[in-house]
Amino acid sequence: MSVAKNLKVRAGLLSGLILVAILGIWYVATASAGGAASGAGLTPEQIEYAQMMGQDPSAKKADGFPTLGQMGETVWSHLSRPFYDNGPNDKGVGIQLAHSLGRVALGFGLACLVAIPLGFVIGMSPLLNRALDPFIQVLKPISPLAWMPLALYTIKDSTLSGIFVIFICSIWPMLVNTAFGVAAVKKEWLNVAATLEVSPLRKALQVILPAAAPTILTGMRISMGIAWLVIVAAEMLVGGTGIGYFVWNEWNNLSLSNVIFAVLVIGVVGMLLDLAFGRLQKAVTYVD
Amino acid sequence: MWIDTSALGGLKTAPPAPAPDLTASAGKAPVKTPLLQIERLGKAYVADKPVFADVSFTLDRGEFVCVIGHSGCGKTTILNVLAGLDTATAGHVFMESREMVGPSLERGVVFQGHALMPWLTVRQNIAFAVKSRWPDWSAAQTNAHVEKFVQLVGLTPAIDKKPSQLSGGMKQRVGIARAFSIQPKMLLLDEPFGALDALTRGTIQDELMGIVRETHQTVFMITHDVDEAILLADRILLMSNGAETDQGYKPGGIAEVVVNPLPRERTRATLHHLDGYYDLRNHIVDFLVSRAKAH
Repeated sequence: MSVAKNLKVRAGLLSGLILVAILGIWYVATASAGGAASGAGLTPEQIEYAQMMGQDPSAKKADGFPTLGQMGETVWSHLSRPFYDNGPNDKGVGIQLAHSLGRVALGFGLACLVAIPLGFVIGMSPLLNRALDPFIQVLKPISPLAWMPLALYTIKDSTLSGIFVIFICSIWPMLVNTAFGVAAVKKEWLNVAATLEVSPLRKALQVILPAAAPTILTGMRISMGIAWLVIVAAEMLVGGTGIGYFVWNEWNNLSLSNVIFAVLVIGVVGMLLDLAFGRLQKAVTYVD
Repeated sequence: MWIDTSALGGLKTAPPAPAPDLTASAGKAPVKTPLLQIERLGKAYVADKPVFADVSFTLDRGEFVCVIGHSGCGKTTILNVLAGLDTATAGHVFMESREMVGPSLERGVVFQGHALMPWLTVRQNIAFAVKSRWPDWSAAQTNAHVEKFVQLVGLTPAIDKKPSQLSGGMKQRVGIARAFSIQPKMLLLDEPFGALDALTRGTIQDELMGIVRETHQTVFMITHDVDEAILLADRILLMSNGAETDQGYKPGGIAEVVVNPLPRERTRATLHHLDGYYDLRNHIVDFLVSRAKAH
């Protein structure tokens, strides 16, 4: 017990050290670059010319890699006002995140509704399993973004196209895992259900579903991971709202500190989603 | 004599009595129809070489019948056919003079590997069976019934544990309690103690015998253990494997039916002191060694 605790403490300490080292390198690297970027080396004529062109060299420069201090300011300004809305191109990061999560939830939810029942049927029917296998094998490796033009053409709505892309990318891991989990349910449990004359629906819900639940949850967890990867790229393409669009927009503004902040947010939210599914998975796992 | 081979020949020719005749003649002549009648059962995976063929026997109400034979002789297949989980390629099975089709709640099965659902507790596992048998019962009624049968196998302290928290013997007890809880007309046990150590096996054998005597349950059980068969069974079916002989392929089947001559009130502790025990045991062991033809 004490050894495990000791390990935990030591690992935590090491993580902290690594973080400090990264921040230290960042600080050192940006401090020297920031000093050279001032207007010190310019003649008065050049400064005047620059001012006439609308660029003030004495003003604080917004471009270039942000220093640690600028980064801190950005983080603070976002976290203190996450839900402001100043029109289409200036919304709080909370609102952007809510848009992305909403799309993922919709696309992922639809995929669940299709993949789990279909996976059940495929898992129970060797005929369907074989018949559908070539389609699944061909469709599965397609990059979700490759569907975007077709989606935009047929659906004619960028938001719905984004949801469709999430749907199509989350469906495969869930479908394959559900089918596998259902097909691998132990024969003896099915025999028990048979000798007890359990109805097909009750058998599906009370025997096969709990037996296959850990495998199904694994599929859902993988799908959610992919969906969160894809939403950022999809939103960069379709634009409008969402954390992916926010990244693209801040890139166009050349505001790297905002981009870095958004990247961190994407990472943290992805981790939280994975943690949530990990919890769910643990809840349905049984020891045989 | 305790070797009753005449029962075999007699059964083969006897057609099952139709149900209406039974009720009509019940008043006059005490015709005792067997609970289960198996007629010329056969199973072939390869068309001309059935694993077993012409297997016929009966089970009376309250009777305990064991099957002994080497692996591969088709014991489990016969049990699965009786359970309705498998189909025979030849022959018929009649339960109370009606041909049996598919699995039924009238036949409880104790599986070799307990077959408990690991995501359910002991209580839930048995409740699953009870709810299947009596779907209209209230939760309290179901629970009372479950607790009664858990107590029967002495597992009340572990009733809310998951199977993974139980020992092998306890799991098998839960399997037995589950099979008894639906109060089937007959019980099918497929080597229920095969995976248990000798000490645990002895205890559960005693328990099973106690419950069967108390409930007058009809039991059909597969075993590899000669002593287990002698302890528990009223009749022992000895099965031989299919084999190539000089006259061609000879399918497996019931070679002999042995009626247990020992008093029914026998116990495991005193079994080997009973007169006739060693004769019976030697007879069965001789059969297994010299005549059953192991593969």
